[in-house]
Amino acid sequence: MNLIDSALLNSYSLYALYSAMAIYALAFIAFAVDLARRSSAVGAIEAADLVETDAASSAGFAASAGSTVTLKRPVLSRISARMDDDAALPYGRSSSLRVGVALTVLGWALHLAATIMRGFAADRVPWANMYEFALTGTLLIMTVFLIVLIRADLRFLGTFVTGLVLVLLGVAALQFYVEVAPLPPALQSAWLVIHVFVASLATGMFALGFALSTVQLLQFRRENRTLEAAAARSAVASGRRLRFLATLPSSATLENLAYRINIIGFILWTFTLMAGSIWAEQAWGRYWGWDTKEVWTFIIWVIYAGYIHARATRGWRGSRSAWLAIIGFSAVMFNFGIVNVFFKGLHAYSGL
Amino acid sequence: MQPKLGLTGWLRWFWRQLTSMRTALFLLLLLAIASIPGSLVPQRTSDPNGVTQYFTDNPDLAPILDKLQAFDVYTSAWFSSIYLLLFISLIGCVIPRTKHHFQALRAKPPTTPARLGRLFGFTTQDAPAHTDARDAITHARTVLKSSGYRVARFDSDTESSVSAERGYLRETGNLVFHAALVGILITVGFGGGYGFSGQRVLVEGQTFVNTLLAYDSFNPGRFFDDTTLDPYTLSLDDFSVSYEQRNLQAYGQPIDFTADVTVTPKAEAAEPGAVKVNGPLRTNGTSIYLLGNGYAPTIQVTAPDGTVVFSDSVPFLPQDANLTSLGIVKVPDGLAEQIGMIGFFYPTQDTAASGANFSSYPDLEYPLLTLNVYTGDLGLNAGVPTSVYALDTDTLTQQTGGKTGVASIELKPGASAALPGGLGTVSFIDNNPASSAAGDFTQSVPRFASFDIHHDPTQIWLISFSMLVLFGLFTGLLVPRRRVWVKATTRADGTVHLEYAGLARGDDPALEAAVSAVAARHLKLLKTHQTVVATPEST
Repeated sequence: MNLIDSALLNSYSLYALYSAMAIYALAFIAFAVDLARRSSAVGAIEAADLVETDAASSAGFAASAGSTVTLKRPVLSRISARMDDDAALPYGRSSSLRVGVALTVLGWALHLAATIMRGFAADRVPWANMYEFALTGTLLIMTVFLIVLIRADLRFLGTFVTGLVLVLLGVAALQFYVEVAPLPPALQSAWLVIHVFVASLATGMFALGFALSTVQLLQFRRENRTLEAAAARSAVASGRRLRFLATLPSSATLENLAYRINIIGFILWTFTLMAGSIWAEQAWGRYWGWDTKEVWTFIIWVIYAGYIHARATRGWRGSRSAWLAIIGFSAVMFNFGIVNVFFKGLHAYSGL
Repeated sequence: MQPKLGLTGWLRWFWRQLTSMRTALFLLLLLAIASIPGSLVPQRTSDPNGVTQYFTDNPDLAPILDKLQAFDVYTSAWFSSIYLLLFISLIGCVIPRTKHHFQALRAKPPTTPARLGRLFGFTTQDAPAHTDARDAITHARTVLKSSGYRVARFDSDTESSVSAERGYLRETGNLVFHAALVGILITVGFGGGYGFSGQRVLVEGQTFVNTLLAYDSFNPGRFFDDTTLDPYTLSLDDFSVSYEQRNLQAYGQPIDFTADVTVTPKAEAAEPGAVKVNGPLRTNGTSIYLLGNGYAPTIQVTAPDGTVVFSDSVPFLPQDANLTSLGIVKVPDGLAEQIGMIGFFYPTQDTAASGANFSSYPDLEYPLLTLNVYTGDLGLNAGVPTSVYALDTDTLTQQTGGKTGVASIELKPGASAALPGGLGTVSFIDNNPASSAAGDFTQSVPRFASFDIHHDPTQIWLISFSMLVLFGLFTGLLVPRRRVWVKATTRADGTVHLEYAGLARGDDPALEAAVSAVAARHLKLLKTHQTVVATPEST
């Protein structure tokens, strides 16, 4: 490719990226407004509940407020729960939520364009250094989120997903940015395409799993409080903060969803590890050498293996396994952000 | 009073603890934590120079860490005991489960529960008119069997039912996954002992014979017999590098390294081949990898009487991206005194504001060799092995460069200079004087390549076990194992009441959809059948 075209294309890619970030920021605000509306709606119902303890249904709500009081402890043995509307106070899709999703799709399209243009500018796959890896990795997080939305209504995670992607893109653009450079001989392999792409895809899955597990923990705390309040026969006391949780699925449903997404992530991560081994054998003459990046990939694999086993261990289902998913994703982020930049090892392709 | 546990009782108790899921989970998490130190402290296997540096930087801490095997984490006693316990726990868990699974594979699905209403996806339907309860169940059996269910039929006077189960592959996959992990551990643990790895540096034009003595370093596995080395020869014909020259942001970045080689198996014809960074050459049961490269200036030392006492292309180790390289020349014999030289080679020499030399481009644009000469005892006669890449200057006297007040020897390709003290002459031989004379220095200095040569007969096993691991994961995590029941009850008025329900065994998001699909297919089949039966009656 002509060098001037390449530079021009790269600058278009940057314009598209900054536009995508601006749109994501707007989407983030819309999603946050939706959560705030949910909170105030729950607050209104609870206030009404104090006045009139009978099940007084409120306009716009499918379930009565009374169901909050009679809420049963989630049955964790019920494994096959669908993503049904088992929220304490089901809440429809507000206009701000719709705006948030629409903006996310628009931002995603620009993000995709930015990534593709970067790839064409460099005349190769756009994931050969930290900046490009962050660009593609966040694109995949967003893609996974949007695809999952078709099958399960996880729109309430919009704040988290757009927020995470925005922070990562910001760090990438400010701290990791490097100009287009040709591939060093060590990266000239078909495995760059496969290994790194699948690793990014796995990261996207783990990010969603992390978000679901976090909400699960918060939801579980709220459910316990509601139960305690019901036991004390007092009025609903779901707490001042995070009232919107009452409009989200139950902790058991969230746990099942997190599990399903994390096992896909785990399979992809296993593949990443194997593909990496095959590539390492070709490039470095050994399939496994406890290089710092290999160590952390292994640690992450073991943590998620632990997470899967925790689901089958008495006393570890629910909150404890959720913590493992959170630790697992923290390790993924550590592996990407810290190990790449600060640890000495063979995976020195950050380009920094 | 509690009953006393005998030795067998205690052993049984210990075994039960070890093989429990809780212990397995604990050991898994412990393994993750135990892996961390190996990424914080340099490891002898992956970064031996880092370990040496760590000892220099932390003289107090390093010996303590070394006692804790912190520089060999992954072969340490504590790390090994964790994963060995984990694998014993795993085997202890998998064996009884395998036995149980074999029994389940032969067993019939269990009796239909009395009340299906408490199960998942519970659906009731009225069978089409004139349907017989037993016929309805025969059809249900067909539907379920064609969907891959294993079925068992139960009939009584008032009701008929079929009990079905599918997804045995889930447990099979689960067991295969764990067994394949054991396979990987055994292959890595014992298999590594049957191979070898060796390193060898070759300058362009040099040839190496695959024998033990020809290696610069050689690490055989525990069970490797070095008489089995296949004595083929490997010649480095040409080493070509291309550098980025158009993109100014990445100017001088290498974009290709290719070692053109000739391999000649014993008593066979020579075959040309190429070794690249991501493309090892697989030949004669070994894999040849390209791990490093650099310049090997040809240096000649002549005594005052004209005798050549040293002539060799000396590999200089690259020190930076622009290939400022450092090399050592030792001349123990033939001169009045033993001399050692520390040389710097700059492929494109440039001078910094401070007056120091540096290289501004990795290719041979304006090559320069500088030499600091030392005289004295090189320490080669003591019989102690010394590195060819290091010069111990403690017993030597510096004659040029540094604080001696005598300028370092600086040589362009083809140039010569007198050694201090009338010891002789040193020359920087030009590999291609004709093209250098025309201003093109790119052929003036030969390059070297460092090769790693490996033999590992176990890789085929590893890749097979890895495939099994992936198969086990896919099926063990994603195949749903479920039971489905269809029950037909004849009412007093002769009509038939149908019930459908399912039960998940393990994670199964699609259970309810599966039950209603079975119900839909079954009803459709009943209706078709009804038409066929009903038609003759109506005529």
